[in-house]
This record gives sequence, C-alpha cells and structure tokens, in this order.
Amino acid sequence: MNTLAHTPPAPGAPAMTPPAAYRRTGMRWSRDEIIARGVLLAVMAMLFVFLVAPLVTILAHAVQDKDGRFVGLAHFITYFQTPSLLRAVWNSVWVAAAVVAISVPAAFVFAYALTRSCMPAGLKAVFRLIALIPLLAPSLLSAISFVQWFGNQGALKFLLGGVSIYGAPGIILSEVYNTFPHALMILVTAMSLTDGRLYEAAKALRTRPMRQFMTITLPSCKYGLISASTVVFTYVVSDFGAPKVIGGNFNVLSVDVFKQVVGQHNFSIGAVVGMLLLVPSIVSFVIDYVVRRKLKAQLTARSVPYSPKPRKVADTLLLMFCATVCALLLAIIGMAVYTSLITLWPYDLSFTLKHYRFALLESDMAAAYTNSLAVAAVTAVAGSFIVFVGAYLIEKTRNLGMMRPTMHMMAVLSMAVPGLVLGLGYVMFFNHPANPLGFLYQTMTILVVSMIVHYYTSSHLTAVTALKQIDNEFEAVSASLKVPFIKTFFRVTVPVCLPAILDIGRYFFVVSMASLSCAIFLYTPDTILASVAIMHMDDAGDIGPAAALASLIVVTSVVVCIVYSLLTRVLLTRTQAWRLLGRT
Amino acid sequence: MDMTDTKFIASPVPAGACAALEIAGVRKDFESFSALRDIHLRVNPGEMLCFLGPSGCGKTTLLRIIAGLETQTSGQILQNGKDVSWLPPERRDYGIVFQSYALFPNLTIADNVGYGLVNSRARRAQIKARVSELLTLVGLPTSAHKYPSQLSGGQQQRVALARALATRPGLLLLDEPLSALDALERIRLRGEIRRLQKQVGITTIMVTHDQEEALSMADRIVVMNHGVIEQVGTPMEIYEQPATPFVADFVGKVNVLRAVALGQQRFKVGDLELQCDACDGAFAPGDAVNLYLRPEDRMAENLREDTANRMSVLVSKVEFLGGLCIAEVTAQALHGQTLGLHFSLNQLHDLDIREGNTIEIALRANRIRAFAAPAARTVA
Repeated sequence: MNTLAHTPPAPGAPAMTPPAAYRRTGMRWSRDEIIARGVLLAVMAMLFVFLVAPLVTILAHAVQDKDGRFVGLAHFITYFQTPSLLRAVWNSVWVAAAVVAISVPAAFVFAYALTRSCMPAGLKAVFRLIALIPLLAPSLLSAISFVQWFGNQGALKFLLGGVSIYGAPGIILSEVYNTFPHALMILVTAMSLTDGRLYEAAKALRTRPMRQFMTITLPSCKYGLISASTVVFTYVVSDFGAPKVIGGNFNVLSVDVFKQVVGQHNFSIGAVVGMLLLVPSIVSFVIDYVVRRKLKAQLTARSVPYSPKPRKVADTLLLMFCATVCALLLAIIGMAVYTSLITLWPYDLSFTLKHYRFALLESDMAAAYTNSLAVAAVTAVAGSFIVFVGAYLIEKTRNLGMMRPTMHMMAVLSMAVPGLVLGLGYVMFFNHPANPLGFLYQTMTILVVSMIVHYYTSSHLTAVTALKQIDNEFEAVSASLKVPFIKTFFRVTVPVCLPAILDIGRYFFVVSMASLSCAIFLYTPDTILASVAIMHMDDAGDIGPAAALASLIVVTSVVVCIVYSLLTRVLLTRTQAWRLLGRT
Repeated sequence: MDMTDTKFIASPVPAGACAALEIAGVRKDFESFSALRDIHLRVNPGEMLCFLGPSGCGKTTLLRIIAGLETQTSGQILQNGKDVSWLPPERRDYGIVFQSYALFPNLTIADNVGYGLVNSRARRAQIKARVSELLTLVGLPTSAHKYPSQLSGGQQQRVALARALATRPGLLLLDEPLSALDALERIRLRGEIRRLQKQVGITTIMVTHDQEEALSMADRIVVMNHGVIEQVGTPMEIYEQPATPFVADFVGKVNVLRAVALGQQRFKVGDLELQCDACDGAFAPGDAVNLYLRPEDRMAENLREDTANRMSVLVSKVEFLGGLCIAEVTAQALHGQTLGLHFSLNQLHDLDIREGNTIEIALRANRIRAFAAPAARTVA
C-alpha cells in the first residue's frame, strides 16, 4: 500500500501532536555563532567609528555655525555666491574631464596592445610593469618631475611656447601620468574577458576587421571604458598632491579644502567643500559599482579566451605606441630620480647624495621616511587581518540578517570617500573635546587606522572574491563534525586563501607608503609621513630632497614588491603544495 | 501506535519503536513563496530514505533544516525522540556529504577523514587506526597521504563519506552526493554507498533529483513537489502504484490517454473500452479521467480472444535505442492518441514490428492507473 504523507498524522500517534510543534521558537545561538557575531560587530564598529561617524561630523559642520547652531544651507549659499570659490568647482571638473579624455584612450590602446596584439610575451610583460610603476609613486612625484621638465628652469620649457606649466596644463599632465595605470588595469581586465568565439563567429561570417572592432571589441569594453573613466575622474577631482605642487594659482576643490581648513581654520566652508568633493566620488562610485557587476556577468563560464593572430602593420604600430608611452612614463620617474642625485638643476649637474642625507638625517622631517615605513608595515599586517576576518565573517556566517548588508555597505562606502574628506572628518570628529577617542588624535595609530579604512574596499573585494572561490560548505561540514569554526578558519580557510591575503597585505603597504591626502590633516611633527614631508620640502623649495624622498618611496615599494614575491613564492611552495599536485 | 492507522504501515519497524527521525508539521516560508508546507515524516532506524523531486521542490531545504543549516518557519524535528528543532548544527548528531565534496583542499586525505576525530580528543594512535579503518571501508586504503586534488571525483566523494562516518554519527545526510560525478562513476558509487550504508547500518537520508538513483538505492522514497510530499513508499510502490499523476509522470516513463469513466473500472478511450483493475479511485460514469500506462505494460505474445484490452494498432514509428526500443503505435479507434511501448530488440524482430505494420497488443488491465483529469483540460 502506498502511503500518502501530506495528511497530518492521526491523533494519538506519540510525539507527533504536541501543540509546541507549531509554535515558532527562535533558534538558540551556539557559542560559535556568538563569537562570529561578536567579532563581526567589532569590525563593523571600527568602520562605523572611523568612517561613518567622521562623515556625519563633516555634514554636521556644513550645516552649523561656529557655535554649533543649525544654519541650514547658509554655508552652501555663501559658498555658491563667492565666485572665487565657485571657480574651483568648475576648474576641478574640466581638468578631470581633460585627464579622462587623454588618459582613458591612451590606456585603451595600450591595453589593446597588451591583450590583442602579437607582440612578444616578454615585451608585453615589460611594458606592463613599466606602465604600472606610477601606482607605486606618490602623486607629488609626477608633479615635481613635470616642474623639472617644463617649469621655469625646465629642460624642455621651450616646447610649451610661452605657456606656463604651472596651473591646468601641469595638473593635467601629472594626473594623466598618475591615472594611467588605474585605467590600464581596468581595461586590460575588460579586454581579457571577451569571448574568443565571438571573433571566430565573426570571421566565419567574413566580417571585416574594422567592423569586428566596432561591433565586438568596443561593445565588450563598454563597461570597462565607463568604469575607467569614472575612476580616473574621481581620482583627479580628489587628488591633492599634484595640484598642490604644480597648480600654482589655479584653484581646485581639493586644494581649497586644505586652504580653508589648515590655512584659514574655516571649518564650515571646509566642510562644504568636503561635501562637494564627495559628490563626484559617490556618483562615479555608484556608476562604477553597477558597471562592474555587469562586467562580471558578461563572461559566462563557457567563454573561450581570445588568442590574437599576427597582423604585421597593426602589431608594429601598437609596439611603437607602447614603447613611446613607456619612454614617457620612464622619463617622468627618471627625472625625479635624476633630480634627487644631482646638486642643483640646471646649474650644477654633479652627482651627489646630499639630498638623501638631508631628507633622511638632517632635515627636521628626517623621521618621515621611517614613519612611513612603520605605518605601511603595520597597515599591511593589521589591515589584511581585519579585512580578511571581516570578509570571512560576512561571507560564511549564516543568518546574519541586517548585519550582512550593513557591513557590506560600509565596506564599499570607503572607496567613495576621498582621502582628503576622510582626513577632514577625522580632524572634526576626533579633535572634538567631547570625543572619548580623542587620545587617538595625533598618534601613529590614527594614521594606520585611516589607511586601513581609506583602502578598505579594494582589499575587501579581493578577500570576498577569494572566499567565494572556496567551497561554501566547509563551515557546515565542520559544524557536523563538531569542530569549532575558528579552528577550520585557521586550519583551512586561511591557508587556502593565503595568496589573496598576501596580495592584500602588499596592496596596503604600497598604497599607504605613497598616500598623502588622508595623512595631510592627521600628522604631527613626530608622526609626519614621507609624502607629507615631500610636500613641505617642495613648498620650501627643497626640490632635491623632495625628489629624493619621492624616489625612495618608489624604490622601497619596488623592493618590497620584489622581496614579497620571492618570499611568497617560498611560502606558497611550502604551504600550497596541494595546489600544484594534479591528478595522478 | 494504532496499527489500523495506514499512514505508516509501509515502515518495516515494529509499532511503538522510536523513529530515528521524526518531522512534524515543518514549514518553511521565504519572502515570496513557501518552500515547504506542513511536512510530516518518520524515518525508521537503519533505513535509507531518498527525497526525490524536481529542482525547487524543497527537498534540499528539508535536508538543510534537518541538519540545522536552515531554520524552519515552524514545525518540529525529533531525533531519537529528542527535540532538536532549534539546536544549532554542531549540537545535532549527523554526518553530512555534499554534492561538491567540500573536502579541505590543503589537508591530506587522512587529515580530512580524521578532521572530526582530532577534535574529540581521541588519542593519536586511535585516530590513525580509525582513519585507516574508514579508508579501507571506502576502498581507498592507500590514499591516506594524497591531497584531494589528486583523486577523481568519485574517490573524493568516498573520502567525504569516510569523513562523515568517522565520528560515528546516528544519521547520515547525503545532499545530491552523486550529481557532480560522470555517468560511470555515478553508477559505481551508487552501489557502493548502498553497500556501505547497509554494512554500517546507519540511518541515511539522501536528496536526489535522479529517479534511477532513488529507485536503485532507497528503502523508501519520498517524492516531493512544490513543497509538499506527494507520496512515500518503497521504490516498487512508487513505480507500480503512483499515488498522484505527478508521481506517475515524474518517476519512470508513462503514456497518458484521455478517457471517460463508464463505471465499474471500465473506461472509454476513443471508441475503445478499457478494463482497469487497479483503479481504486471511484469515478462516476461520465467523469473525465486520464489513464496512465507505462511503456512496458503491454502484452504482445500469447494473446487470447478474451484477453482484456486487446486491440490492433498501427506502428507509426520505431525508435531504435539498442537492446530496448520504443515503438510508437496508434489506432483509429484511439482517435489519434498514441502510445509509446517498450519492446526488446528481439521482440521487434520476432513480432515483425516495423513502421507501417499492424500488430496485436493488449494493455495490462492490472497496470493501468486512472486519475481525474485536471479541470482545465476537461473544459478544453
């Protein structure tokens, strides 16, 4: 007899009919779940205190007068009625647009050459490495170099034909240099995601190369181009280093914040400018976020990677283009290094190490380099730990409810906040006499925390990607085996994700080594960082020591990257033996 | 327990024995739909139970609720009489195997299998002995020092099984354990899991969407659809006496004939009158019904004049599939309705079943099932 079971059991069947069976009861939390939620709450509290609260404080300052009375939009109205202030908005926007118009197409061609041409693979690797060098340099470096090339005593000043490099031209050139690798990385990713079979199909239909480019290549890079443009635009609007050095009297928003707050102690207008700086960041951040999702969805699991066919003319032209770009990029970094090694441009070109001696030993900012090293090292270690633990907990804990979206939102919000705005928020929030965390102000700790928070998003996304790649059921399996999740975390999850964790650490090191905008509001003479010192030296006319310090930052990051990759190679062959073993 | 209660007669346990697992009124609501509605089920000690159903029927959700990996909206789960409804997974007693194996890639096979043992503070020698015992049990005695990536999918799933059994749980949960494997390994492992399960004697629940897997492995099958249980029964019961049209349709192949009830287990299909001995549903004369007939439930040899449901049919198509083929037959008397019937290759030759030939067959009266036709179709 078959037994239909969707009727409820007959009354009288034991243990089947207690009314409690239908009562809704909450699942009791186990010790594991309490620990997971506790740690996650701690990470969220950190992001709240060091990201959300400072932002809210800026907003509060923007709508209050000096005595804390609410004045509504009065400061905004004042701001928009002051033509000199308003001009900075326009300047920031058109300069950023100009940089997008140069940097993105150049990066597009470069990325096209790297992914779609038949240049020798070794040459591609070299081009790529050279193109990524600007990532390691503080944004001041390019500005200093352009001053040396095209400034009042510039080697190539005659090329400008009377136009001064100080102002918009200098900012645009420096920012093109600074943003080029950012745009390049996004576009290379976008182009390597194209399904090679589309081209095979096009070829089978005898589509001409130009039409292939217009109908397949461009559309498939659409999101990459949008994403690269927004990233570049935001970078330029919020960058402080280059306009400070080479901007002259050309006012832009980022320098305005600095002037208002540090120069005139006008916190209200500073807050208004801070809020304005936040606008393009948040807009482009939203665009970028939406677009990146589409970019990911574009590639199906069955896509076939595109493998380029040799085209003699096109390949040669692309090679020449890449070589020219790399030569220009090297000329910038080269000029900075050269300046740091000669006595005085252009009068005494004799070799000397005195600038290094001055920057590291004799200057009253001599502690800057070691401070930067310490901050970068601590940020790398603490940052990768916090970020990975946070990402792990929101990815692998069940039933988090509202905690998951809240944490995720804070984690990605950090990318939308320019360092300058974050630093401003810290000044206003932690400097407040009533803040119990005020003791942190003017310490190395707050510098480290600001770096971790400022660069949280990319690291978080890297960690999430790595975590998504490992099996989702590890936690379920260990629970069924009665093994606490913490043990599985350290014994399995961390070792499996080690490459990603190491990547995050290196990223934190490199970016905090060169970061200026966040620290500019937070340093003291004791905790001054190298990038801040470069700015002051440049202000004081000590171009040589400034160039020396900037070169040191680049060299340090290069050395760290090399040591890092050697170390990780050793570490990975020790701990990741299982990865290399195929099926026997 | 009341022996006259027919609901659980199929259980091979004596009345009054404690069920290994009892699911009472479990319901799971998501924001937009109900994944499970009012599920009642008893699992007997030592039996192998399969949850079978199409994707989205709620079978995996039910398994995860049993494991404590999802929380039911309401309802109760008793394991050996103990209420575990709201306990977190680590305080329940089960081992689990997932479709993805979920082996720890950075640990050796031995470390994977011993993962739960280390935590129970067993002595090292004991752990080693237990691990090698388990690896022998699953037929991988020499793989202890390899890593998961060095094993085939089937071997990895064996290791996952050994890991789940290592702590001697009272219940084994298998979540589509064979779905990620290729066809050959799937069949091999199917027999092996069943052998192991019997040998260890562990109560097991397996989720699958593969009917062949369920039919060949289970003691009892729970057929689910749209969050409700359609039928619970032995594989034979499920196949031969499907309780609902869904079960008849989902498990095995079936022909559906539109018919009208004539009363007394007789039905009119086109111009033909069919006898249907097994129809327990009472239909009033004139009711629209669907008759369900499996392709093998036909006779073609030794027919007598008085054999019930005899008819001559035209072979309209023969689909050659190897040893067992399908002949599509029709008859004018059927008003265009067709039947797909199984014949062995030898029968095709012996009975000269070819396209265009007319053959004599009879539909087995004790095999035809009748279900009320869905309302919509009656209108149409």
